[in-house]
Amino acid sequence: MADEPKVALRCSQLHRFLGKDEGRVHVLKGVSFEAMAGKVYAIVGPSGCGKSTLLYLLGLLDQPDSGEIWINGRLMSNSQDAVRTAARGEHVGFVFQFHFLMLEFTVLENVMMPMRKLGRLSPEEMQARASRLLDAVGLGAKVNRLATHLSGGEQQRVAIARALANQPTIILADEPTGNLDVANAGIVFDILTRVAKENGQAVVLVSHNPDIAARCDFTLPMRDGLFI
Amino acid sequence: MSPNFRIALRFLTAKKRAMLMSLSCIVLGVGLFVVTQATTSGFQGFFIKTILGTNGAILIQDKLQATMRSIDAGAYNSGYEIRQKEGQKYVEGVDYPKQLELAVVKFKNVSAVSAVLRGTVVIRSSFREQTGQAYGIDLEDHLRVSDLGSQIVQGSLADFRVQQGGALVGRVIADKLQLDVGDTFEIVNLGNIHHYKVSAIYQTGVNDIDSVRVYLQMEEARALFRKPTGATYLQVSLIDKDRAREDAVVMSNVLQYSAAAWQDREKSWLGVFRAFRIATAITVSVFTLIAGLAMFNTLAMIVMEKTKEIAILRSMGYTREDISRIFLWQAAIVLAIGTILGCALGAAVTYAVSQVPLPITGIFTTHKFLVQWSRWHYIEAVVTAVAMVMLASLIPSRRAARLEPGDIIRGTAQ
Repeated sequence: MADEPKVALRCSQLHRFLGKDEGRVHVLKGVSFEAMAGKVYAIVGPSGCGKSTLLYLLGLLDQPDSGEIWINGRLMSNSQDAVRTAARGEHVGFVFQFHFLMLEFTVLENVMMPMRKLGRLSPEEMQARASRLLDAVGLGAKVNRLATHLSGGEQQRVAIARALANQPTIILADEPTGNLDVANAGIVFDILTRVAKENGQAVVLVSHNPDIAARCDFTLPMRDGLFI
Repeated sequence: MSPNFRIALRFLTAKKRAMLMSLSCIVLGVGLFVVTQATTSGFQGFFIKTILGTNGAILIQDKLQATMRSIDAGAYNSGYEIRQKEGQKYVEGVDYPKQLELAVVKFKNVSAVSAVLRGTVVIRSSFREQTGQAYGIDLEDHLRVSDLGSQIVQGSLADFRVQQGGALVGRVIADKLQLDVGDTFEIVNLGNIHHYKVSAIYQTGVNDIDSVRVYLQMEEARALFRKPTGATYLQVSLIDKDRAREDAVVMSNVLQYSAAAWQDREKSWLGVFRAFRIATAITVSVFTLIAGLAMFNTLAMIVMEKTKEIAILRSMGYTREDISRIFLWQAAIVLAIGTILGCALGAAVTYAVSQVPLPITGIFTTHKFLVQWSRWHYIEAVVTAVAMVMLASLIPSRRAARLEPGDIIRGTAQ
């Protein structure tokens, strides 16, 4: 009998307000959503509809005004900052539109950075794993380069390797190809989804690119703070 | 190497010029602190050495005698009495110096005692005369409680030991009266003229001493002052000079003589040195204060520039404490380099200053800049720098830790 697909991430009735006083906006109006391990989800919609806000809530970078977020079966939405921080390090990998690499560090060091914080592996194991991940994203020959010495597409691939470093349950990607040309966008998307599927990780990405969205397992259109 | 330390090291390169500015201020602050403390302490230390070498650690003089108390004046139990003010009074001099010496040497911290008979006289040479003070001493005893042996600049103590009517004359008196070794001079006391010969000329460097004191053998002084017994005071040297105050109090209580420790006798000069030392420490601490402000400014700029990195680190699981530590590590690294270089600079400049020729006479005599090598100067300088710089670094590091990653990324992404 085939294994039941595992729920990696679940949220229900998420509400989020941004701004203050008269500028206060109800961005998320009761969003509910489930992401299964090994599947790729694309959240699409016009600018300002709440896609990125939802992504940051799911990644525990922000806290909802109400609603619940479960990661790996654990309720995380109302937990303490330290618990959410630890959960981010262990269960969540982020890829942002702008790579956000640490420019003073080499490619290898950037990928090792989350591992160093988690501290589960020895330095040799960390280095070996980082090298494998960089091989997987096609940068095995550039591990010792500074991040500044890579092209935009390469930098984004390093960001993907870094997001995968701690074998997270979920990978959250905010416009991961938004800053790349068509060719590089395709490469980055392929790498992201292939590696994630190989490792049984759920991928939730926000994208404006209809081609990218079409290649995901599920597309979730969003408007005015709700899935439609 | 911890991940936080590793990141801090790399972040340091982000603001090289500003960090170098902070580093320079720390180096200067620590270095100058060390130099000023070394020089002021050097002069203070030499002053203390001089006064201990001339007047000893403790002077015991003047008996404390109980005054008459209230006495009954009428018949037994009549209730009449003559009331007197209760208390003690000083009786000048030491009546039985040998007995008192025997009692004083029993104190554990006492290393030697010398009885001194002192009186004001007129010193007269063929050239001119001046008022001065004759000090009757037992030379061997006095050499144990003073540096007189090493203060002889002309002539020799051997002559003083054997010469009938020999005298040790201060450098300033000798110059003023135009006396040289072997010259004769007169001391006039209560109209009686006594003749002496200059056995040696001494120089303590203390003007107040060199310009008035003439040392005579005790027997000569007794004849001069017509005082066959007794002494003016006992000069006491101690094994641990810093315990002089406590010992003086105990001696005063036990022996019923007034005992003055060197710290109390020279209170005003020591106060001047202390005030000078504190004033210079405060003045040069301005550099350290500037270093703290520069560090604050640099870290605040790095926090502003590195908000993206802070957000990404937080997204990877780095805690608020980690972020705070990354910035504190930066300050600590600069501080560590700065204090090491500052201490080295301080030591080098202190050595250079100690070679500078600087003739001083008055409260002591020296021909070069005096410095004191003490690890405490370095410790104080480092503690001051650590306190100021780390305190200044706390604010930007806490601000960095308070940044919300969601806010940063949202702001950047849009």
